[in-house]
Amino acid sequence: MSRNGRGFEPRIVGFLCNWCSYSGADLAGVSRMKSAPNLRIIRVMCSGRVDPSFILRAFQLGADGVLVAGCHPGDCHYQEGNAKALRRVLLLKRMLRDFGIDEHRLRLEWISAAEGERFAAVSTEFTEQLRALGPLVLARRAEVA
Amino acid sequence: MIRLTIDGKTTEVERGTTLLHAARFLDIKIPTLCYHPLIKPFAACRLCVVEVKRSWGMELVPSCHVACQEGMEVSTGSSHVLAARRLVLELMLARWPNVPILRKYAAELGLEKPRFASPLRDEREDACILCGLCVRACDEVVGASAISFAERGIGRRVATPFNLESESCIACGACALVCPTSYIKFEAEDHRGKPPEFLLDPNTAIYMPTAQAVPKVPSIDRDSCIHFQTGGCQKCVEVCEPGAVNHKMVDEEIEVEVGQVLVAIGYDTFDPTPMAQYAYGRLDNVYTGLEVERMLNSTGPTGGRVLLKNGKPPRAVGIVHCVGSRDENYHRYCSRVCCMYALKFAHVVKERSGAEIYNFYIDMRAFGKGYEEFYSRVLNEGANVIRGKVAEVVQAGWSKQKEGALLLRCEDTLIGRFREIPVDMVILCNAIEPRRDAEQVGRLFGLSRSPDGFFLERHPKLDPVATMTDGIFVAGCAQGPKDIPDVVAQACAAAARMMATISKGEVEIDPVRAEVMEEYCSGCRVCSALCPYSAISYVAERKVSQVNSALCKGCGTCVAACPSGAMTGYGFTDRQINAELEGVLAV
Ligand SMILES: Cc1cc2nc3c(=O)[nH]c(=O)nc-3n(C[C@H](O)[C@H](O)[C@H](O)COP(=O)(O)OP(=O)(O)OC[C@H]3O[C@@H](n4cnc5c(N)ncnc54)[C@H](O)[C@@H]3O)c2cc1C
Ligand code: SF4
Ligand code: SF4
Ligand code: FES
Ligand code: FES
Repeated sequence: MSRNGRGFEPRIVGFLCNWCSYSGADLAGVSRMKSAPNLRIIRVMCSGRVDPSFILRAFQLGADGVLVAGCHPGDCHYQEGNAKALRRVLLLKRMLRDFGIDEHRLRLEWISAAEGERFAAVSTEFTEQLRALGPLVLARRAEVA
Repeated sequence: MIRLTIDGKTTEVERGTTLLHAARFLDIKIPTLCYHPLIKPFAACRLCVVEVKRSWGMELVPSCHVACQEGMEVSTGSSHVLAARRLVLELMLARWPNVPILRKYAAELGLEKPRFASPLRDEREDACILCGLCVRACDEVVGASAISFAERGIGRRVATPFNLESESCIACGACALVCPTSYIKFEAEDHRGKPPEFLLDPNTAIYMPTAQAVPKVPSIDRDSCIHFQTGGCQKCVEVCEPGAVNHKMVDEEIEVEVGQVLVAIGYDTFDPTPMAQYAYGRLDNVYTGLEVERMLNSTGPTGGRVLLKNGKPPRAVGIVHCVGSRDENYHRYCSRVCCMYALKFAHVVKERSGAEIYNFYIDMRAFGKGYEEFYSRVLNEGANVIRGKVAEVVQAGWSKQKEGALLLRCEDTLIGRFREIPVDMVILCNAIEPRRDAEQVGRLFGLSRSPDGFFLERHPKLDPVATMTDGIFVAGCAQGPKDIPDVVAQACAAAARMMATISKGEVEIDPVRAEVMEEYCSGCRVCSALCPYSAISYVAERKVSQVNSALCKGCGTCVAACPSGAMTGYGFTDRQINAELEGVLAV
């Protein structure tokens, strides 16, 4: 997988909540829907478990994009974990700008267990968007390395 | 007790009993006009006169007003008495010759034509005979005093102050109820009063909710009870012999401690008013499913007969399936019970009224045991089933013959044509929807709801009656639309699950739980504010937070928020997730 120029395949980390989005991803698979294979999924019980530091760590470790996906508002299995996730993601987006990371590299989506199609669409679309943005280059990381 | 003799019969009555009551107790009939059992006697009409033996001879007295006295001898049918009553009626008939109640009494007394003529002669059948019952009902019973007698002598009449619309009138209708000639009529005005027709609702202030109500006692509707508006009336208290009516009762809150709860709050039905094309609430004889259930009920307002608003049976009835269900604009889901109850209506309405039946369906969902067979039976009985959504319900036309008739416009997708079908009655099989307070109830018990708004079970196949909150179960339409057999099955399953926990004596919990590593906890309490299950408490002695692992569901929201890294979530610790991150990004 080349990290520059043509043939660039973005590396995306997806934090999916156990009850909706992870099941949605499962459904996409079971229903044999086509989607970009770039997403590397980490299951969490609820989108509210996603500590912003995980997202920063993902970028630090070389992810080009991070997807946080949870249940639709009102559907969170733990009532409002997704509302907490929304707050955290919005705040983190502001910080990303300060770090010189395009805020579009972080994406929050609501995907229900029944929305396999939507899951496939989101991962494909996000992959295309990141492909257009190109690889994430972190100045500091270059120095340290 | 007082002993007296009426028409030769001796009786004992309580002190204070009037002669009229004593006579009625002995089954002796005395005509009355200005008397009403719930209103104080007034003795205005003198029709109820009887003869009482006094030391000086016989005296004529109004029986409605005079109390019984020890040793009284009373005659209610002497020629003297009858002559007096005839005279009273003659005088009244001279003025009000056509009032039915006067004519009835006159006929009973063998009075054919009054001897007198009156310049005040009033030919109306519903003339006011100035008995004053309405005025006294309004004042004494209701306590509103909105009407009274105005003017004197030949000008005397019942009126509101200055003949203007009264602001004290509470539109209770008591005056119209007691009026013996229907001079006072009760009609709804646009801006006040109640609709003239209460076809499907209780129409009294104190009523039995349904014939099968549990507990089987009447309840009082505060909004229509006169006592709650004026402080008066309380006639129900007077007539209730066991003294069971109590207007001072207030709602009580009773606390019961339980370990498990079955949430079975059921459903509401979709209000079809917004679907203006179906004319519900706009045209007469357009009903919802529940209204028709009421009508078909043998203890309901029509005694189970299928009737139009004009009291006649319908000639043709249209039954519209899927109103608000399977509709992108309202509810996308299928309400599951409507097709079958629509077929039940087709069968029952046809049986009771002989009307021609048209069912309009999208797909016929006869899904349960014996249901398809029932569908065939209804078809064999001659119901017309038309596959297509009804586009609109309109008034059929203005000719006398078509008056009140409705026209259903629809597409018959099986023959590929638009059709117009004239009917007298339209039944809208409106959707089942989550109860209006499902959100609050859900919040109370920590329940999630699926996008359709019904409570979400823990797992649709493996755990269909449990919820994400341990000890809280769901059953019935609260969990999703279903019919009674399914509701009962689900409820039994939930009850069995609850019994199992009780007999086991202990509960199992998931291993995914949060825990505070006390040595790192600063006691900031960021976590406890976030926990949706109030699982985190603060231990003041040690100045740390603590997770109650029986309440914690393991969402991890607190773990993500803890600024000290003191909160950790088993199965999803920071170390585990970071290791996963390193793993997935290694290549
Ligand atoms: C027009 C119509 C016709 C139907 N005909 C049929 C039929 O012929 N055959 C059939 O099998 N099914 C029929 N059904 C379906 C049937 O009505 C339902 O399946 C059944 O009533 C559902 O039972 P339930 O106990 O889940 O809910 P419900 O019957 O709605 O009972 C819920 C109960 O909970 C109470 N409640 C609500 N909130 C609270 C609260 N917060 N605290 C305490 N109590 C509360 C309510 O007062 C109510 O008594 C019909 C439905 C409709 C609309
Ligand atoms: S957030 Fe962390 S440090 Fe603060 S009270 Fe909770 S466990 Fe302790
Ligand atoms: S993991 Fe969730 S449920 Fe458990 S204590 Fe933390 S916030 Fe509450
Ligand atoms: S469980 Fe899916 S967002 Fe909370
Ligand atoms: S009924 Fe007794 S006077 Fe009228």
